[in-house]
Parts: sequence; structure tokens; C-alpha cells
Amino acid sequence: MIGIPAIRKEGRAKVLGRARYTDDKTFRCLLYGATVRSTVPRGILKAIRFGEGIPWKEFTIVTAQDIPGENRVAAIVKDQPFLVEVGGMINHAEEPVLLLAHPDRYLLEKARRAVILEVEELPAILDIQSSLDRAQIIGGNENIFKELRIEKGDPASVWARAAHIIEGAYRTGAQEHLYIEPNGMLAIVAHGDHEDQVTVCGSLQCPYYIQKALMNLFGLPADKVRIVQMETGGAFGGKEDYPSLIAGHAALLAWKSGKPVKLIYDREEDMAATTKRHPSRTRMKTAFDEAGHLLALDIDFILDAGAYATLSSVVLSRGAIHAAGVYRCSNTHIHARAVATNTPPSGAFRGFGAPQSLFALERHLDVCAAQLGLDPAELRRKNFLKIGDTMATGQVIQEKLDLAGLMDRTLQEIGYTEKRRSFAVINATDEPIKRGVGISVFMHGCGFTGSGETYLASVAGIEGLADGRVAVLAASTEIGQGKDTVFSQIASEALNIPMELVEVAQADTKVVPDSGPTVASRSTMVVGRLVEDAAYAFKQALIQQGFLEEPYTPELFREAVRRSHARFGTVKCYTQYHKPPHIEWDDQTYRGDAYPTFSWGCYAAEVAVDTVTFEVKVEDFVAIQEVGRVINPVLAAGQIEGGVAQGIGWALWESVEWKGGRMVNNQMTNYIIPTSVDLPRIRVAFLENPHPAGPGGAKGLGELPMDGPAPAVLNALQNALGNLRLDEVPMTPERLLECMEVACG
Amino acid sequence: MRGYVPGCEVKVPVTLAEALDVLAAEPGGWRPMAGGTDLMVLFNAGRMPAGRFLDLSRIEELRGIWEDETTLRFGALTTFSEMRDCPSVHRHLPNLVKSARATGALAIQNRGTLGGNIANASPAADTPPSLLAYGAELELVSLRGRRTVAYDAFHQGYKQMDLAVDELVAGIRVPKPQGLGFHFYRKVGTRQAQAISKLCLAAYARIEGGLIAEFRVGLGSLAPAPVRARRAEAMILGKPLTALQVTAAREALMADICPIDDIRSTVHYRRVVTANVFQQMLEELAHA
Repeated sequence: MIGIPAIRKEGRAKVLGRARYTDDKTFRCLLYGATVRSTVPRGILKAIRFGEGIPWKEFTIVTAQDIPGENRVAAIVKDQPFLVEVGGMINHAEEPVLLLAHPDRYLLEKARRAVILEVEELPAILDIQSSLDRAQIIGGNENIFKELRIEKGDPASVWARAAHIIEGAYRTGAQEHLYIEPNGMLAIVAHGDHEDQVTVCGSLQCPYYIQKALMNLFGLPADKVRIVQMETGGAFGGKEDYPSLIAGHAALLAWKSGKPVKLIYDREEDMAATTKRHPSRTRMKTAFDEAGHLLALDIDFILDAGAYATLSSVVLSRGAIHAAGVYRCSNTHIHARAVATNTPPSGAFRGFGAPQSLFALERHLDVCAAQLGLDPAELRRKNFLKIGDTMATGQVIQEKLDLAGLMDRTLQEIGYTEKRRSFAVINATDEPIKRGVGISVFMHGCGFTGSGETYLASVAGIEGLADGRVAVLAASTEIGQGKDTVFSQIASEALNIPMELVEVAQADTKVVPDSGPTVASRSTMVVGRLVEDAAYAFKQALIQQGFLEEPYTPELFREAVRRSHARFGTVKCYTQYHKPPHIEWDDQTYRGDAYPTFSWGCYAAEVAVDTVTFEVKVEDFVAIQEVGRVINPVLAAGQIEGGVAQGIGWALWESVEWKGGRMVNNQMTNYIIPTSVDLPRIRVAFLENPHPAGPGGAKGLGELPMDGPAPAVLNALQNALGNLRLDEVPMTPERLLECMEVACG
Repeated sequence: MRGYVPGCEVKVPVTLAEALDVLAAEPGGWRPMAGGTDLMVLFNAGRMPAGRFLDLSRIEELRGIWEDETTLRFGALTTFSEMRDCPSVHRHLPNLVKSARATGALAIQNRGTLGGNIANASPAADTPPSLLAYGAELELVSLRGRRTVAYDAFHQGYKQMDLAVDELVAGIRVPKPQGLGFHFYRKVGTRQAQAISKLCLAAYARIEGGLIAEFRVGLGSLAPAPVRARRAEAMILGKPLTALQVTAAREALMADICPIDDIRSTVHYRRVVTANVFQQMLEELAHA
């Protein structure tokens, strides 16, 4: 079953409109919830007043004072309140202050607008530089949430003897996830004699993160907080941490009203209030010898974390570790900081810091190649990591790695050499359309960074069902990526039964064990491996207990499961993640094996720039990657195509427009993602190299395709237009015009 | 939905007379609505208060495309899709087809109307530049009677129109271009489809004996309302095709526009790109 293009397990229900999303679920006596938010980026909340013309006594109203447990979201650092209390600090615009619920959703909206927040406004910090300048200290440690250094060798010893020293600074903007289904939660609280029972169903990625947050919010034990994932219309990291807040809000309203409460964000609220990709600024200083070998790499990497710590420390880690890319370099210093600003907290987004730092490096290398008089592909070829080389953290490349082969395949597919030659001729004429081709080479670490997986100690299982089928028990969520299908393929392969005999249990904390969050390109490789191991253990158990003998037919297997179930009631096998013995990581020094393994990619983009309008069209795109063994080629290609589309969007159009710390283009009309006519055909290929860590040899691939497109597209632009300072994404037509004017003096 | 639905009242007249009666009885009391593709977006976003709407969509008299020797006449409720589907529009008014095709998504094109696109008075609407370039006229109607106004005199400022509170746009008359014509339409949007324009330029020229005998340029997203590029037109009109004063006309065009910085683009980009597109148009015209 591994390697076949199995049909998406939940696809039929989605296509027929039978899939049940959060907003499809309804109850009698249902209340609708709404969130009153701050409109200023920073200030002291002095008072909350209720305007005229609203029957306030009909409303359930929740303020910070009502919170039964701790008014802090239980995350890595507990710094973010569920609701700002009167007298407390507002740290960003759109920060939740008060909750309302009412059976009439139209009246509710009217009421939301009638709440008046009296705020003593304070000066706000709205960008990275102001945060570093410390005009105001607004959070973290002197505006720094996390600072880390990765040190290998000594760049300072190299500068004096290097043939070439090349510097550059690169910036990336915030990016909105724009999952098709906005955030939403439905909460029910049963009041008990001793303890309440809180149940929340919703659109989410990480049920156990929410459970932990709600236990802290209500002061309840785990068995009193149940989180159930409904069908979820996309997430991309955007439903990783913020849903804890929404679930908490819905639950508070349900708890206070004693009725079910549905809290669904509309698109505008979702875009304005929820997390975005961290904006970044990266300064690179590189030294090369005469021949173009990389001698030293000094990187200053800064992320704009927004107002609270949330996941920024780990986003920063991943970004910093990926900052040195796929190149051998004996002297590398990486200084990374996540800084506080009074903007809505930045959060997880496909790639998790790596697209930002890889954009800087891969863009910088093309700038270097131009200065060194080398072809960008040849400069890379001279410096690729090979087996036995060490990465910036000291991690030794243990597996077969052929980056030159990967790159050559991409160059050949796109027609790199011929195109660069012929475009140079045509571009020299007065034709208004200029064309170029560019590449990027990159990697993405699979699973949690460093000791993350060890701390998580994830569990997954297989359960035998009364009818002889089996169920996969894992908290991994189906968010459109195909997890249900892939897990079924893995389990059916291990059990040697058809996929129809494998069911995947709904991600419900009452039913499935904590297999960690659905993030970090970890579901297939890490949790999938647990599923595979649990399936083997389940089969062994059936054999040892005498229910099954090998070889067996699917019917005999089914019969064995039926009989074991009849005999024992429940039959479940669980496996837990244990750190492989050869992997070592030191959280303090950032030395060691940052990831159990990496997926590798080389992407190429061909662009056409209209010099009349400065519009850029990506006309061809080749995405070739090595992701271990591919479990489902159709789903895998879909992941790559979607990631590339998202990456091209980030590179060219997706610009979050801020005004006073608020997103002002929070509509799909004005936040520009590419449509099908804005995108080229995306040509995807996988080079397979099975890896022992993953199920059937699979590695992670969900985030990889976000890392490569932006630098490839901008490198292609450089090829089309000459050496402009194309150091920022999104490179909108407006910015491109500015860059071209700067270049023309 | 952020608009307060219970606060809305909708009247659905089925004849023009009925609609005009309502407007005359309570001038300004009812907001005319055709396809609703602009109003409903605003209402959904809570940017338009609940109120009283006069739904014109059932009035058959306002539908249809007619044609005689010299003119194409569009009922105000003609949809973008109907314009795209009409062979006469393709033959005589290619810019109007392009602008209908450039508007919104197919669903919007099925629902949105030419009259609505005019009376909504958005400076960024896609059909007005084409109508300006073709020298369209509007038929306005009220209980007081019918009158005709030149479309280029209709928009008077941001959302300001030569349209009384009891009047409706009933139809749009566009003269059929005669002789040797040159048609040019370019919308520069935020992306290739389903986009609002950053700028839009439509041009029509009639060429007679090697001279530019007729020349109009309509502009979108470059002023508080759709406007004609009168200064630039004056530099070109009457000149021989072989001696178009491109640089001077480009400069004159800059005095015809007053773009703004907004969430879609910048003043600088709009000025530079408008000039570039205009020049590209003149170069094509010179080779026509």
C-alpha cells in the first residue's frame, strides 16, 4: 500500500458536501459568540462601557474577571492573556478584551460594535528596528523573546585572508495563511457537582495543545477537558496556537451561559486577529576564496514575534538552524533574535522560520555569484554538503546525499543553460518583456527541532474493532494534507490488509493518545512510524495470542480481530517515541543533531517581467525533491504544488498592509493570493532515497515546498533584469519599480 | 455577516413605473440595487448600514441589448456576461468585452450590471473607461421624464453624479465606431483575474487619411471618478499617425490624473505605469 496513489480517504464526503465542519454543527438553545477587541496597538484598558440601544441583560458577557483558572494561555511561556483585564495592558490591536454571546447573531454583531473600550493609549513599537532601538520596552527581556547563537569555527579569523567578502541584508513580510475555512469553535460545558466538564469541537491542528490551555484556564484536570477536531478546511500552521485562545473564549461563554456556544470568525476577523508568518530581517556577511569556496558565514537573523512569545522561540530555532543552508562552511556564526512588537502575535506557518532564513541565504548566493563572476549553479556546486560534512550545529551528514545530482536534474528539467543563454540575447533588445531563470537549493528538517520529539514522547496506537477492522489511534489531524489516507496506507502495509479494513479515529482527546501536534513535517515520518510500529505490535499480539497465523488472507485477519475483540473487549496496541541512540542535541549550546534527518530540494523558476507595468509572471516552475520514500505520489505532489503556489504568492503578491498596527487589507479582495491564471504549471518530481527513521522509508515533506520558491523566483528576476537589489519579498510591482529606479540612479 | 439584516427592508418592483413611483414618493429613502455585487460586499463587511433597498433586478424594461445603424443600446441591467456573449458588442466595442471579462469572477459577471457599474460610481470600475473612450451617453429616467447626458459629464467627483435622487440610469447608448478604428484596453490589476484595478486605460481612435480624426482615452483608478484624459487627447487629436508627439502627450497625461496611495498601489506606481501603458498604446496606434 506504500507508494500507491490511494484515493483520499475523506475526499468523497468533502466532494459530496457531507463532511461536517464546525459551523455545520448545531444545537437547540445555541448561542453565538463574539469577541470585542482593542483597536489600538498599545495602552492601558481603563474601563469597559456598554453603549445604548442594546438589551444587554439578554447577553452573556465574559470579562477577564470571570475566568475561573489562570488568565494566561498555557504555551511555551505563559505571557498571553485570554482577555485583557481592566487596568491591564493592551499589547496589540485586535487583542481580545470581552466576550459576548446571544441567540441572535445579528443583534450580537450590533452589540459587539456598541461596547466602548476606554483606553489610555501608549506609544507603540511596530517594527523590528524600533523594537531593537528600545524606544519602549514592551515585552520579553528588553524586547527580546528569544536569542540564540550557533557557533562553528571562527569567522573573525577569516575576514582578513578572504579573497572576497560580500554582505547583504534581506527582508520578508508577514504572510496570512488563508486556509479556506476560517477559525471556529463550538463549546459545551456541563456543570458538575464537583467539577465541570468542558467539551470543545472545532477547526484545529493540535487537540492536546488546546486541552492543556483549557485545563489551565479552568483549573481542571485532563479528563474534564475534551477536545474534538471537526473536519478542518486547511490550517498551514494557522490553527496551531491561536485556536487555544478561541477554544478558551467559546468555553468561557458556554461555561457562563450554561448553553452551547459557537464562536466562528468571519474572514475579516480571522485575517485581522489571528497569527501570520513572522516578518524577518537577515544580514549576511560571507567570505569566499579566489575559486568561490565559502570560507565564512556570519548571519544576523531577526524575527518580528509580535506582542507575545507564543511559538516564536521555536520558530526562531528552526529559522536559525536552516540559515546556513545546504553548504559546507567551517566558520559559521548565526545570531538569532525574536523581538517584540505591538502587532498581533506572529505564529506558526508552513516552514516555521526556515523560509525566511533560506530566502536570505539563497538570494544572497546569487548576489555573491554575480560579484564573483560565477554562474549561480556553479557557485552552489562548489559548496554543497556531502556525506561526512558537518552542518552549522555540528550535525554530521550520515546519509547518502547528492545535491549536485538533485540540482542537475532541476537544471535539465527547466533548461537552465539554454534559457539563460537565449534570454540574455532577447533581453538585450528593446522588447518590453524580460525573461530570466533562477534556482534555489534547500533543505527542511523533519520533525521537531533538537530534543523536541524527545520531550513530546508521542504515542500512537492501533485498535481492533468489533467488526474485524482496525482503527488508527493518533491525535494527528486531517487538515487537508491527506493524513488519514497516509496513515491508512502505513497501517495496511504493516498489517498486510487492504486499506478498507483500516479506519482512522477522529482526533478526539477522549479517544486518541497524545501523538503530538500536527506540525513540523512530522506526521508522516514521526507519527507514521509510531503507527507502523503499533501495527506490527498489534499483528504480533494477534499471533502470540493464537488468533492469527502467517501467512493470512484479509478475511482471516478480520476474523482474528473479531475473535480477539469478542474475547477481550478492547484490543489496543500503543507505541511511544524514543530518541534513537545516535541522535544527540544540546539545547543550551545549539550543538548536535538538530533533526533526525532532512528533506532536500532544488527548485527552478522561469519568470517574465513586463517592464511596462512591472508585473511578474512565473512562466515555468520545476520542483524536484528528495523526501525519502513517497507514500502516496498524488498527495505528495499535491503538497508540493500547494506549497509552491503559497511560496510564489509570498514572493510576489502577499503583502500584509499595516496601519497603526492593524491589518487593513484583511479581505480576500485586497490580500492578493495567486489564482490559477497567476501560476505556471508546477512540474514536480521526487528522487527517492528511503530513510530508516520513517515508515516505509518516508521523510517529511509538508513544509519543504514553502522554502524554495521565493528565492528561486527572485533569483530569476535578477537574471531577467540584471543586478538589482532584489532583497525583499513580496516583490510587488510597486517594489520592483522602486528597485529598478534605484538601479538606474 | 456584519450587516444588521433585520434592519433591512427590500422592495421589488416589477415595472419601471413602479420603481420610479417609489423613488418619487420618498426621494432618497430607497437605495436602488441592481446586481448587488458591490452593495452586498459592503453590507456583509458591516461597512454599509442596514436600510431600505429598491431591488431593480426584476424590471424587464431595463434589460436587453438593442442595435441600429449607428448605436448599440444597453438596458441598465445588462450583465457583464451578456456583454461578453453578444456578437455585436464583440464586433463594434471590443474594449467593452475586455472590460466585462476583466470584472470580478464569473459569478459576479453573471450578476453585476452595466448600469450598476456606472451608478455605483467606483473610480476603479472596469467598464467606465471603455464607455468614456467610446463616447457613451446615458439615458436617465424619473417620473419627471427622460433625459440624456454625455457619460463624460456624468461623474462629477468621488461618488458625485449628475443623477437626481428620484432618477435611475435606464440605458447606455454607445455610438458604433465607424471607419478605420483603433481599440486599446489595458487593466493593470492586483493579479491576473478576480482583481480590482490599480489603473485602467481604454482608448479609441478613428483614423482618417493618416490622421487621428477621433481620439478618446478613458481612465480608471486614477482620479476620484472615471475620467477622460482630455489634455493628453488634445495632444494627439488631428495629428498624423506618423508624427505622434509621444513624450509631450505623456507629460500632458500626468496633468489629467490625480492618483492616490491606497491598499492596492501607490501614487508613484500609478503615474509611472499609466504613462508607460499610454505610451505603449500610442506606439500600437502609430503602427495601426
